[in-house]
Amino acid sequence: MAEQPVDVLIIGAGASGAAVAWSLADTRMRIVCLEQGDWMSPADYPSSGRDWESRAFGDMAISPNRRGRVTDYPVNDSNSPIAVANFNAVGGSTILYAGHFPRFHPSDFRVRSLDGVGDDWPVDYETLEPFYAENDRMTGVSGLSGDPAYPAKQSVLPPVPLGKSGDRLARGFNDLGWHWWPSDTAVATAPHDGRDQCINLGACTSGCAQGAKASTDITYWPHAMRAGVEVYTRCRVREIAVNDDGRASGVWYYDGDGEERFQAAEVVVLACNGVGTPRILLNSVSERFPAGLANTSGLVGKNLMFHPYASIQGIFDEELDGFRGPGVCIWSQEFYETDESRGFVRGFTYEINRGRGPVATAMTGMMSGRIPWGAGHHRAYRDLFCRITGMVAICEDLPEEHNRVTLDPELADIHGIPAPKIDYTLSENSRRMLDFAVERASDVLRTAGATDIISEAPIAVGGWHLMGTARMGKDPARSVVNEWGRCHDVKNLFIVDGSIFVTSAGVNPTRTIQALALYIADQIKRRLANLFD
Amino acid sequence: MSQDSMIATDNPLDADQESALAAIVGAMIPASEEYAVPGADDPAILADILTLVKRHPEPVVEAIAALEAMAESRHGARFGALDDDAKAAAIATFSQSGAPHLRAIVSMTAQCYYRDDRVMASLGMEPRPPFPKGFEVEQGDLSLLDPVRARGRIWREA
Repeated sequence: MAEQPVDVLIIGAGASGAAVAWSLADTRMRIVCLEQGDWMSPADYPSSGRDWESRAFGDMAISPNRRGRVTDYPVNDSNSPIAVANFNAVGGSTILYAGHFPRFHPSDFRVRSLDGVGDDWPVDYETLEPFYAENDRMTGVSGLSGDPAYPAKQSVLPPVPLGKSGDRLARGFNDLGWHWWPSDTAVATAPHDGRDQCINLGACTSGCAQGAKASTDITYWPHAMRAGVEVYTRCRVREIAVNDDGRASGVWYYDGDGEERFQAAEVVVLACNGVGTPRILLNSVSERFPAGLANTSGLVGKNLMFHPYASIQGIFDEELDGFRGPGVCIWSQEFYETDESRGFVRGFTYEINRGRGPVATAMTGMMSGRIPWGAGHHRAYRDLFCRITGMVAICEDLPEEHNRVTLDPELADIHGIPAPKIDYTLSENSRRMLDFAVERASDVLRTAGATDIISEAPIAVGGWHLMGTARMGKDPARSVVNEWGRCHDVKNLFIVDGSIFVTSAGVNPTRTIQALALYIADQIKRRLANLFD
Repeated sequence: MSQDSMIATDNPLDADQESALAAIVGAMIPASEEYAVPGADDPAILADILTLVKRHPEPVVEAIAALEAMAESRHGARFGALDDDAKAAAIATFSQSGAPHLRAIVSMTAQCYYRDDRVMASLGMEPRPPFPKGFEVEQGDLSLLDPVRARGRIWREA
């Protein structure tokens, strides 16, 4: 680790940290990234072992509280109907994401103007489009051009297979006259940039042993490191220090041996997600920033948005894909835009999931009472095995200040750093949207031939998307960072993760997080001569 | 359970608790000649379940304690002292009780049972991990998109 100040210090090596590091590397500045997790070894991912489903309940669980790795920090989410999901490693939560990879729509950046709720973003789709395209190339996005739910965009690789599940549900959508399209995915369907193609392992959300899924440890990071960016793992940042001029001077962190260290930097970039970033800012208390760093607006940690998820699964009378294939296959955005006759504003995406493995089938069946104990177990199990398919609805969550991340007064990580505390209430708009999503999904499943429906809304463990807790905007009183990611209060501190989202849209956020990170990196490069003005 | 036995075996369950667990999982998923599968109380599967129990013993220990309490209150004896019919009746009641830690036993049993070679073979699965061989998935018929294309653009101008 450098003893001298580095030019740029990035905190977090996940989706956004990787993208911003790679983009800034061509400046030839000295760039260091501190990551609290480890490098992952694809050979050790669950799909290499017979216990591949079981490990999703253990060391590869999506909940940091359940996983409990030494590289994790606990989260107090007891006051939320939705629990936080994340992963801490080089690659961050892209290690465990499904790779469902939609873009935002033009309308998503103008929610206030179009629907009178939330706020408009200070950037628009057109501004981000070249960065979406750049990120698509780096990621190797698979998909099919021509989706009528989007402005024209090119896919880099062919779409993932429809499979029996996608085919069956596509026919259901067609019978109802509803939109569907092969999903854009971060799963390589052909060799791409040194990665091999998907071989349908089916365990995407526990890490991809094949290396087909685009986690950033195997996409951006190899390129960034070859260009000179340094990554240090097992380095957990406690706080960002400020100097007498009110600028970030560096970070205090704990290394892998638990030693407290300081790394000075000219520029600090936060890339720790919508919970980790406000946690560090709120921990960075000083005489000048008594309420936390960059928090003059009082909005650090506020406006937390998840995507409330509904799961709606149908049981069919024939064998479908089950455990085979990437979990994602097609999407529907039939109900994406506002139609007030539905009883709510904004909308959602249906992400069609292919099926589930033998263990998940047993648990679904037994927990829901569809598979009895005793002699009837085996017949009932076989009526479900490889015969379940369906979808999740990713519902747009609107910003509300009472939904927030604060510091827990008691809970702390192994270094004694206060843990984040989540206070979150499901809004009436979200509740209505979830109910509607369950009803319409049930319609399409029954139309496709489902004989029974299993649903859960919201998915209690489904806090995958963490957004809004350091929102961007032009007004320093109403936002934490400006329209190009620089903190209003601290002119050499940038935030590039999902915490800067103004609204959440009704799609998975990673593609937009990375496009924004590339955009902010581009803005930094264009302004190097007067970056701190 | 004595402290000595915990240290000697690294097993969080004593013999009575292990026997009760075997009875529970065997009642949950019994052997079947029709499907050529063992029960979840098969020695190899039970040993696998016990490896999971060692990692997370608390809910299992508490669930077994709930079963023991039920046996005492309804039958006036410890579970292990009941005859087979009474044991079956106790487990049947227990399975419907919604005992808070029942979920953990169901989860651990499912995780271990449905990775056993004999069970996978009965389901038509090869007894192997997904990687490196992977699986085949049909490409599907993209002409199904014709009506979606015909409908035209649905994205909203902003």
